[in-house]
Amino acid sequence: MRHNKKFNHLGRKSAHRKAMLANMANSLIEHKRITTTVAKAKALRMYVEPLITKAKDDTTHSRRVVFSYLQNKDAVSELFRDVAAKVADRPGGYTRILKTGNRIGDNAEMCIIELVDYNEAMLAAKEEAAKPKSRRSRRGGAKKSDAPVAETKVAKTKEEAPKAAVVEETKVEEAPAAEAEVKAEEPKAEAESTEEAADEEEKKEE
Amino acid sequence: MAHPKHKTSKSRRDKRRTHYKAVAPTLATCSNCGTTVKYHTVCPECGYYRGKQVIEKEIAV
Repeated sequence: MRHNKKFNHLGRKSAHRKAMLANMANSLIEHKRITTTVAKAKALRMYVEPLITKAKDDTTHSRRVVFSYLQNKDAVSELFRDVAAKVADRPGGYTRILKTGNRIGDNAEMCIIELVDYNEAMLAAKEEAAKPKSRRSRRGGAKKSDAPVAETKVAKTKEEAPKAAVVEETKVEEAPAAEAEVKAEEPKAEAESTEEAADEEEKKEE
Repeated sequence: MAHPKHKTSKSRRDKRRTHYKAVAPTLATCSNCGTTVKYHTVCPECGYYRGKQVIEKEIAV
């Protein structure tokens, strides 16, 4: 059973596969960007990223370990001299895979794999985006947005209050003086009903 | 080894194949140039991906 055997053999024996990945890693380090299929790019990512991490520690031992994988001293010197300096403060994730559609001929899914720190266009875009820092959180800026709402609420309550007062006055005039307790209760009820009516109006407006 | 006793008739063969269907790809429009593009793919017209210029137009296949 092949449960959980995720390793992609790329249709090659191990020696063939290692040689191919070493060649691709050399090309990537030399040119910073290569076009290949998505499957090979993902295999290459797993192959070359540990080597780049190793290149951050410039010792004779790590150079020999990396050379045993790459078998190319130009690539090793380039990796330890230039690439290692560029990726010094990046905690992994040195490569980027961008899919570019399917290849004519065999319809293979193609992509570009590149070293992240060598894509000048995206680095420039990132710097530009970082300069005008727009705050997305509402903390601190909430006062401006809250104030108008509060004012409108106050205005509504003010509008309601005079109406209630008018109703009370009319009731007082109409009702005889003997039923003092009833008067006191009726205006409240009226006020509530007016408030409800006002609420309904607001809903309609919404 | 077991062997098929009967030839699969054209009818049975074709009935099996009724479930072989082409699926239409999910498409999106490029945020930069408005071209129809496949998802998760760099725009082949302008080289934009996720609102950024990621590669030059000449390199984009």
